[in-house]
Amino acid sequence: MALAKITSFTGRAVAVPGNDIDTDRIIPARFMKCVTFDGLGEFLFNDVRKQLDGTLKPHPLNEPRFKGATILLSGANFGCGSSREHAPQAIQKYGFRAVIAEGYAEIFFGNSITLGIPCVTATREDIAKIAAAVEADPTLEVTIDVTKQEVRFGGQTVKGAIRESARDALVNGRWDAIGELIDGLPAAKTTAAKLPYLAA
Amino acid sequence: MPKSLFQKVWDAHTVRQLANGQTQLLIGTHLIHEVTSPQAFGMLRDLGLPVAFPHRTFATVDHIVPTDQLVEPYTDPLAQAMMDELRKNCAQFGITFFDRASGKQGIVHIVGPEQGITQPGTTIACGDSHTSTHGAFGAIAFGIGTSQVRDVLATQTMALSALKVRRIEVNGKLRAGVYAKDVILHIIRTLGVNGGTGYAYEYAGSTFDGFSMEERMTVCNMSIEGGARAGYVNPDETTFAYLKGRPYSPQGAAWDAAVATWKSFASDPGATYDDVVKIDAATIAPTVTWGINPGQGIAINENIPSVETATSDDDRAGIIEALAYMKLPPGAPIKGTAIHVAFLGSCTNGRLSDFQEVAKYLKGRKVAPGIKAIAVPGSQIVALQCEKLGLDKIIAEAGFEWRAAGCSMCLAMNPDKLIGDQLCASSSNRNFKGRQGSTTGRTILMSPVMVAAAAVTGRIADAREVFAVSNN
Repeated sequence: MALAKITSFTGRAVAVPGNDIDTDRIIPARFMKCVTFDGLGEFLFNDVRKQLDGTLKPHPLNEPRFKGATILLSGANFGCGSSREHAPQAIQKYGFRAVIAEGYAEIFFGNSITLGIPCVTATREDIAKIAAAVEADPTLEVTIDVTKQEVRFGGQTVKGAIRESARDALVNGRWDAIGELIDGLPAAKTTAAKLPYLAA
Repeated sequence: MPKSLFQKVWDAHTVRQLANGQTQLLIGTHLIHEVTSPQAFGMLRDLGLPVAFPHRTFATVDHIVPTDQLVEPYTDPLAQAMMDELRKNCAQFGITFFDRASGKQGIVHIVGPEQGITQPGTTIACGDSHTSTHGAFGAIAFGIGTSQVRDVLATQTMALSALKVRRIEVNGKLRAGVYAKDVILHIIRTLGVNGGTGYAYEYAGSTFDGFSMEERMTVCNMSIEGGARAGYVNPDETTFAYLKGRPYSPQGAAWDAAVATWKSFASDPGATYDDVVKIDAATIAPTVTWGINPGQGIAINENIPSVETATSDDDRAGIIEALAYMKLPPGAPIKGTAIHVAFLGSCTNGRLSDFQEVAKYLKGRKVAPGIKAIAVPGSQIVALQCEKLGLDKIIAEAGFEWRAAGCSMCLAMNPDKLIGDQLCASSSNRNFKGRQGSTTGRTILMSPVMVAAAAVTGRIADAREVFAVSNN
């Protein structure tokens, strides 16, 4: 299957600040009682966005001025904890297309790239600059240039790094590896034949 | 050139290099459960793909199962739907399912080892971050997302980048009343919740050499809480003794050959590591968390941090956020904090030795009035082992509810949940906001014996004092 080449993305951004935002916070476990990923977007950051009765708490995603933002800004170790793909699925289904953070937990990063969500890393200072610009003008367009590993906004350019294997996968349209893995199935069977524990 | 176990296992399972530079890695053993697999089977159906190696995937049900209701249909129709879906998927694709009727059901990370499916020198994946548990056997075990569950079902491989390896050596004898759980809470506290990002942790040293398999599993289980995607202990005689005679362990002549192979995977003397950390076992105290991530831990005799004790701006922000959520007084002793719930169980501490140790101290004691206490064996086999030894009776007579096997209140996807801002002394692995089923519920992580001490006193307590444990 042909996948889109994700070389750059432009959209409005919103900051959800904080370090160590775990996947339980991104999508609480009770919303994983499902057999599809449909409808998860509604519950993104549910418990920090909503009271139990559904009324809204103060949260950037609840502010009308940030409605329609497609780039999420956050802190260090974003997506730590549970391996649930429900977390990047909820982020994507809510409408986000890319993330800029100081760093990512390993499993979350891999899950996100497989869904074609560029997760770029910027310094705290640079993220603060982007957040300040977006705060001043929520309609500001922010561009993540995956090819050049840059983030451009309001006439400024900062570094937006992404590890080479992920950058390559995004810009060349091979971020979901299933096709390539299937191509390698005969080779996998050869490797398996050398390992006694894999005998049928 | 001398190699680490990680390098050897990685090399033996490398299929080829992919176009983006990642490795197509063969996953020898795939474990699945009801929460992260249904969508993967859905994707397989959409793509019209079969399961490539159905005999190398094993399923069980753990996250959503009620621990106080054995008869189906379950009260929660969503839980029943997930159960039905897994049953259907396993039947359609020819996958072994350790269902409740098998007597072998339990938390996936307890089932794999007790069946002998988890073996040294292998690669293991499961759609669950605590898959790192299996590293206790000298396997390289990865927690994965659902798209990767699909990849492994379809090809028995996945795309991965190699990890760096940090050797964490713990040497010496643990003080009395200090457990494997304290070792890993201490490691995470020391190296941070993201200190392991990009690394596999190799746990070594005389403390680990002396650990039982169950103790090694407790440590490896929480590697992910330190940011390390995998954690392992080199296989040794303890490993082989554990595996001998288990249902999926090699038998007869194949056993000797397997042991020889397993031994060959152990890290070579002189292997190089990307980093080495050394810890003196005697410096580790019974450790408890006070905040909202597993790295926010202190020794039981320390005080709750305050903004004055912050070591950086980040630390300060973390303390403010955590204390606001935990409603704990800054600078006060953690000891004496009133609890409402005590939870014994989880893939971290829901094994026979955990309940044996707890029963030793609960015998003849009572849970404090007003405390809800539940004990949840990690598998049906653990439950049976406990029941044969009468541990269930000792634990129940003390006032814990003895439940059926499952993940239970570790993540509260079943009916076992905190209510309101209840504070739970928990032997589980995560103290994230809302983790135990209430959006304002609070969790303090600790060893099972510390949970028992909290249960009988109604407060966070030093089990060494409550149970008069001494070093003699």
